[in-house]
Amino acid sequence: MEDSAVATGAPAVLPRRRSGRHDGRTAFLFLLPSLLGVLLFLVLPIIASLALSFTNWKLLGKPAFVGVQNYVRLFTADPQFWTVLRNTLFFTVEYLVLNIVISVGLATWIASLKRGQRWFRVVFFLPTFTPGIAVAIVWMLIFAPGGFFDFIMKSLSLGVPNLLTDQTLAMQAVIIVSLWANVGYNTVLFNAALDMVPPSYLEAAKIDGASAWDRFWKIRLPLISPTLFFGTVMTAITSLQVFDQIYVMTRGGPGNATATLGYAIYQRGFQNFQMGYASSIAWVMFALIMALTALQFWLQRKWVHYDN
Amino acid sequence: MTTKARSRRVTLALDILNHGALILVALLFLFPFFWMVSNAVRSNAEVLAIPVRILPNEFQWDNFQKTWSELPFGRFFLNSLIVAGSVTIITVVVSSLAGYAFARLKFPGRDALLLGYVGTLMVPAIMLIIPLFLIVNSLGMVNTFQGVILPVAFGTFGAFLLRQFFLSIPNSLEEAALIDGASRLRILVSIIIPLSMPAIGLLSLFTFIAQWNNFLWPLIVMTGQENATLPVGLTHFQTQQGTQWNYIMAGAALSMLPGIVLAILLQKLIYNSIALNAGMGGR
Repeated sequence: MEDSAVATGAPAVLPRRRSGRHDGRTAFLFLLPSLLGVLLFLVLPIIASLALSFTNWKLLGKPAFVGVQNYVRLFTADPQFWTVLRNTLFFTVEYLVLNIVISVGLATWIASLKRGQRWFRVVFFLPTFTPGIAVAIVWMLIFAPGGFFDFIMKSLSLGVPNLLTDQTLAMQAVIIVSLWANVGYNTVLFNAALDMVPPSYLEAAKIDGASAWDRFWKIRLPLISPTLFFGTVMTAITSLQVFDQIYVMTRGGPGNATATLGYAIYQRGFQNFQMGYASSIAWVMFALIMALTALQFWLQRKWVHYDN
Repeated sequence: MTTKARSRRVTLALDILNHGALILVALLFLFPFFWMVSNAVRSNAEVLAIPVRILPNEFQWDNFQKTWSELPFGRFFLNSLIVAGSVTIITVVVSSLAGYAFARLKFPGRDALLLGYVGTLMVPAIMLIIPLFLIVNSLGMVNTFQGVILPVAFGTFGAFLLRQFFLSIPNSLEEAALIDGASRLRILVSIIIPLSMPAIGLLSLFTFIAQWNNFLWPLIVMTGQENATLPVGLTHFQTQQGTQWNYIMAGAALSMLPGIVLAILLQKLIYNSIALNAGMGGR
């Protein structure tokens, strides 16, 4: 922005003259609020976060540069880190697969209806518009020992132990809640994509004798695959950051069974005040998000069809 | 009976079955909402009673009022309104200005800057929590409204969204105004923005809801109870003495109300915006 010296401060644009120079000055003034905000609250934090991750800062006192020590400690000495990493990946993979399968299923089901499509869309979308904390609190009551979930399991004489107090099952409770809360967005997204599939394609296939199953796998799914890809990437990015449900329902427990990267950042940073160490966890999360996104972009060549 | 009439009858029956089955799934899906309200209107003892009862023995509708006196719940509501409202206003103003510059004004480095803006959308919010807290802290804004509002009000998504929309507005309208001597700001305010109400409405709606529902950032910045937003305030019902489940359920229901009302009222706008997303999927 070398030509945007606005020392005069006059934003006057002369009428009938629209030279590039005047545009430059106007553009600078228009962009200024946004640029200030982005620099202070986005660019600076990104740089600061990286810098912090190489220090041992504990909020009090002066930070000292410790090189890659935080990262070394994470991967070799921290007894909890591998559990946290494994929990996060476990959550992401199971949640992502279930979310996509359920939302594609619901979207296709809704698309098959002759009437009332929009009301079903609203129903499944409702939790997406409500506070995640309120959602998690309601589900906590359902899963509480002796609560509704236990009551159902007992009535059906299924020997399922209480989810929130069981080390191996607690993550399943978090996944159920996350699915309920978020599956609606993808359902509406995929349903909208299905609506855009030209009906003539499906009719032509029907006349040629393709079964409903074939029409789904060979026509609809390939045609909505760009949207499917978009939904999968976005869902993966958000699921690696899961926090709210865990904070309310389990606080990472029982034991460390539901502690994820997002929760670990909060815990180390704002409960133990290990700002440097927590920042290094944040960068591991960022690397993971980038890696997973890159993997998905690489995989898309095998299954995403663009029509051109 | 002809085969044609019979097959039509079979199709109709299958149709009804199909709708009925999905209605059943939808009702199951809505169960947590029902459970929330059903527990919001009982006594706390009854919430915890075993065996579980689907409907309360005795309906205590005044629990909804008591929620407001048990904790400064009205204050939480107001705080949430202030935070979500301010963030929305700032976002719309700042994004309109920036979006217009990106869409209509020529300046060196424009495309590179736009690419940078889009690139920042990849950065996960949770990653920036620590440095943002430190910045807010050094500005002396911990436990203030500025502290909770400003860091989330300058996202780059709005500028990008509005740029895309502004590009679709014909240039000729603007050229006429320029010849008449209108300033760029004047053009933005009296021509572009009125024509962009669908996009601005969308940005406002999603910004407002996202902030209304936001938890982690207000949890960290709003350290005092009286400044808590609704989601943070709800967690204050869990105390050392135990949880007032009936009040927390009533509070949760009240906190969900604005989102549910907006989702129902604005379903068409929401669907259209998500459909737009679907149309652009992967491109």
